[in-house]
Amino acid sequence: MTITYNPIIELSNVNFSDRGVPILKNITGSFPEGRITTLVGPSGAGKTTLFRLCNGLISPDSGEIIIKEKAIETYDPTELRRKVGIALQSATMISGSVYKNLSLPLSLQGKQLAKERAIELLNDVGLDEELLHRNVKDLSGGQRQKVSIARTLVNQPKVLLLDEITSSLDRVSQQDIEELIGKVNKKYGTTILWITHNLEQALTIGDYTWVMMAGEVIETGESSLLNHPTDERVKRFIRGDME
Amino acid sequence: MSYLTLSLALIFVLIPIILSKTLHLGLEKDTVSATVRSIIQLLAVGYILQFVFDSEHIIYIILMILLMIIAATQNARKKGASIKGITWKLVATYVFVEILTQGILLGFNITPATAQYIIPISGMMIGNSMVLSILFLNRFTSEVEANQDETELILSLGGTPKQAIHRQLITSIQASTIPTIESQKTIGLVQLPGMMSGQIMAGADPVQAVQFQLLILFLLLTAAVVTSAMLGFLSYPSLFNERMQMLKIRRKDELNSH
Ligand SMILES: Nc1ncnc2c1ncn2[C@@H]1O[C@H](COP(=O)(O)OP(=O)(O)OP(=O)(O)O)[C@@H](O)[C@H]1O
Ligand SMILES: [Mg+2]
Repeated sequence: MTITYNPIIELSNVNFSDRGVPILKNITGSFPEGRITTLVGPSGAGKTTLFRLCNGLISPDSGEIIIKEKAIETYDPTELRRKVGIALQSATMISGSVYKNLSLPLSLQGKQLAKERAIELLNDVGLDEELLHRNVKDLSGGQRQKVSIARTLVNQPKVLLLDEITSSLDRVSQQDIEELIGKVNKKYGTTILWITHNLEQALTIGDYTWVMMAGEVIETGESSLLNHPTDERVKRFIRGDME
Repeated sequence: MSYLTLSLALIFVLIPIILSKTLHLGLEKDTVSATVRSIIQLLAVGYILQFVFDSEHIIYIILMILLMIIAATQNARKKGASIKGITWKLVATYVFVEILTQGILLGFNITPATAQYIIPISGMMIGNSMVLSILFLNRFTSEVEANQDETELILSLGGTPKQAIHRQLITSIQASTIPTIESQKTIGLVQLPGMMSGQIMAGADPVQAVQFQLLILFLLLTAAVVTSAMLGFLSYPSLFNERMQMLKIRRKDELNSH
């Protein structure tokens, strides 16, 4: 199948290993600008590692990563990380209030986040505005995930890397977040890369999908591929024989 | 004091050994080795000092200070083995503390420029600086390791390495200097500082001994804060590469296996 689109991130023969153990093997492929690509695959497949490469938190051992037609190394790391924003799988918080966490992306640049904007962000992710001055250690796992998403949006990234951002959310909250991300994608043309364990979610929200296993990309294409996979391993994964 | 009376002092070594044996504390070996080492090291230092004082030559003074710095570096570097180039960072810190304190003391004529003053004060400064650097490195490496997630979060949002490590750095500087500052608050109330006690026993005027002790205390304060802060700001950049990525810190257990 041939897909024609403008790639915003292109990877060619990307390898990454840790202390001699290969974690990503010869990854080649691209992500279309302005679209939503979902990434699925069993635990340990290397999905998070791929995101960390795209955000510049780590560099590949070999191979090339191109962001907007420029090699990733040519970007200033801080600028790159603001443009290619990541919501980490762990939804890590800095100690302090929700407001402090939401303003972090701006306070790192010596700027302030207006209180109205902070409340707006809370509303967007479906959190009550009275949480603004709550200490993050008193939040539930799901609430933290929502704060983490809102915080990533503060930098208004061109590309959003979302790593399992709805894993601790109830069904309604999950749909709220899906709607929000869909809106961000439409309104600002933000490219979305979304890792999820939920295959139904991968199918419904994704335009395109990558299936990864054991450090390799096994299948890519329009998300409907999840309905009729060709690779035997992907079939088994979708049936739920793996993990 | 004669060597005969000094040898009677070994009774104070026998007491812990006997206690350790009867209570199975397992401290005998360490006690004996600590005793033997302290006898040899201090006697050697005594004779060397006598030689240096007699010759009054600047070269010997500098040599002694260098020796102190080398010994202090040897001692402290193990604690910071996960930090690249820690040896030179320690040397730079000790040299700076030494030059700063002696520079002020000699520059303002607070103490005379003789070996008799320079060497013991340098010993106290470098010794204290060493203890502080060990405290700092212990705390800093464990803070960094325990808060990698936070560091990575800040980097991922476009923060610089300095911003990403700032909280851990400040916490470690504070934690390592607090004991020095706190102990000064109760000094004289709970215990008389060793140097002052020694001077008084050797027949010095107590008020003069106190004045001198105060000078030392203030110097130690400077040494403590300067050591932690300088070592901190020298150390943190080596935790990152030029792409502002956090380098994998080699954990202590991995280091020991080599
Ligand atoms: N910082 C790290 N140091 C060493 N190994 C790592 C590190 N991070 C991940 N790995 C290893 O790399 C492999 C891929 O991990 P990664 O987190 O990318 O997988 P994943 O696809 O995101 O899994 P999950 O779905 O469980 O989040 C795993 O075998 C993991 O043990
Ligand atoms: Mg992951």
